[in-house]
Amino acid sequence: MTIVDPKTERPDQADLDKAAGRPEDADQWTAKIRNSAVEALPPQKLLPDRQPAYVASWIYVFGVTTIAALIVVIGTGLVLAIFGPNWWHVSSTGLFVNSLHMWSVEIFMFAMVIHLWGKFFMAAWRGKRKATWITGVVSFLVSVGAAFTGYLSQQNFDSQWISSQAKDGINSTGAGAIFNVTNFGQMIMWHIVLLPLCIVAIVGLHVLMVRLRGVVTPFPAKGEAPGSESPTVATGEAEVQA
Amino acid sequence: MSAETHKKTRPFKVDRDATTWHGRYEKYDLAKEFLISFVVVCILVAGLAVIFGSPDDKPVTVKSWSNADAVDFAQTALTELDNSSPTAVYGPPYNLNGTAQSIGPLSPAKWLGVHHPIDTANDYVLGPLSTLPNAPQVQAAIAEYKSASTSQQGTWTTAYGKAVANATYTDGKLVVPPGDYGPVTTLIAAETAMARSGALDGALLSSRQFYGTDYTKPLLFIANGAYLANLANKQNLAGTQWGMMNETGQYPGQAWLWLYTLWYQVPPMKTSSNADLQVFSLMIVLTALLALVPFIPGLRSIPRWTRLYRLIWREHYKEVEPTDRA
Repeated sequence: MTIVDPKTERPDQADLDKAAGRPEDADQWTAKIRNSAVEALPPQKLLPDRQPAYVASWIYVFGVTTIAALIVVIGTGLVLAIFGPNWWHVSSTGLFVNSLHMWSVEIFMFAMVIHLWGKFFMAAWRGKRKATWITGVVSFLVSVGAAFTGYLSQQNFDSQWISSQAKDGINSTGAGAIFNVTNFGQMIMWHIVLLPLCIVAIVGLHVLMVRLRGVVTPFPAKGEAPGSESPTVATGEAEVQA
Repeated sequence: MSAETHKKTRPFKVDRDATTWHGRYEKYDLAKEFLISFVVVCILVAGLAVIFGSPDDKPVTVKSWSNADAVDFAQTALTELDNSSPTAVYGPPYNLNGTAQSIGPLSPAKWLGVHHPIDTANDYVLGPLSTLPNAPQVQAAIAEYKSASTSQQGTWTTAYGKAVANATYTDGKLVVPPGDYGPVTTLIAAETAMARSGALDGALLSSRQFYGTDYTKPLLFIANGAYLANLANKQNLAGTQWGMMNETGQYPGQAWLWLYTLWYQVPPMKTSSNADLQVFSLMIVLTALLALVPFIPGLRSIPRWTRLYRLIWREHYKEVEPTDRA
């Protein structure tokens, strides 16, 4: 096998493909990580083109709408970041981009809240989906924090008033010692660096968990004894989702 | 022994477990759904931005405040000088002059102590005034005030405090009814003039470094006056007006903070001196309950009891449940 093609002096892709996944390499950390990832989330599970027939309600749209709105939030936020925090106060184009940013946040939070309550009333934590639920709630909390620091970073009357009011709540918990809502520099860093990183990470994890466990099945129907399909739940058994 | 015998089993719990789907699967184009959602969101956002825009009311500066309401500024400056302003008696994280909020023996602000030290007399009045060039009268007044006993300072500031309530600002000067206020008259008059010129804004910010981004000192100073709160009241932003979740103008603001804001409107938090800590503690508990609902018996049954899931999955139940006629 020639891994390097002598003509192009570049690795031959066909040979690399053949070399990948060889049994003798199975103890490599890289191979183990890849194999575990592919086993847990094969492409058809990661991006499925079919869903169970019960996935037929408008409520399912709000999860993907939340992500779509998050992309608009990040995109408009990037434009504001490129020109700096003063730009939108002195430029009509900047003010318009700020308006896009603000309204995308409103839609993001609206879609997320509908998604959250929809999943609550579906008891979407059932069947090994507790971590999916918790990451969803944490996503919401971090988003509230990100929006809050955005309001504090506006450098206008709203920022002044909100921070002068919010400081008492934050200070009462002791968090004010570290998280100073009247410090513009600190708040804008949280708003444009720390919290967006957290949101992207936790939302990414949440989406992966949704794909890993699939969409929760409905509660048993009328006349169907609870758990009639599996009267007992075997811990760790693939068929059962406890 | 087979692997089967090692498996632990427990009864199926309807609020914890989900059955495995053996029904049919249908085409579902996630990428298409995402793209349509994205386009709809973009159109909605652009439409709302064009129609409604976004608020951007100018911030209040020490200069704008002292020019709009010089008497309120002078009154506030006096409370900074005699250490009676809300910031002066706040406690942690600004100083140790006040009592941190507590619930029983728990007072987390006290545990963490002072992290943003503010000595209102020096940071807001005496310090900035000492930077004024060519002002020997002001420097003499500072020296006289500093060298006076605490009780003498108190006598001057108490008398001035009563008088300044009836002060006026005429002909470019703060006019206070005559009385024995010692150097306080000169100090507050100079402070007011410095504020109106805009020099105090710079002095409060540049006290640490050239590229300052920490507005804690000027913002707390401004918030100690009545001017900022009056403006906020006109915009329905006060705490009693659900202010935390609102913003200027007719904009939705942070509507998602409704529950947090709600607690400030109801007893005992409405009148409690520890309201902030009580509300925050309550919200931490409620948030933990929301995150941990899958583990909490009773709470995790609410979806089954409310039966809203039957509306969400109505097509599924219509299909799998026999009709009455059948």
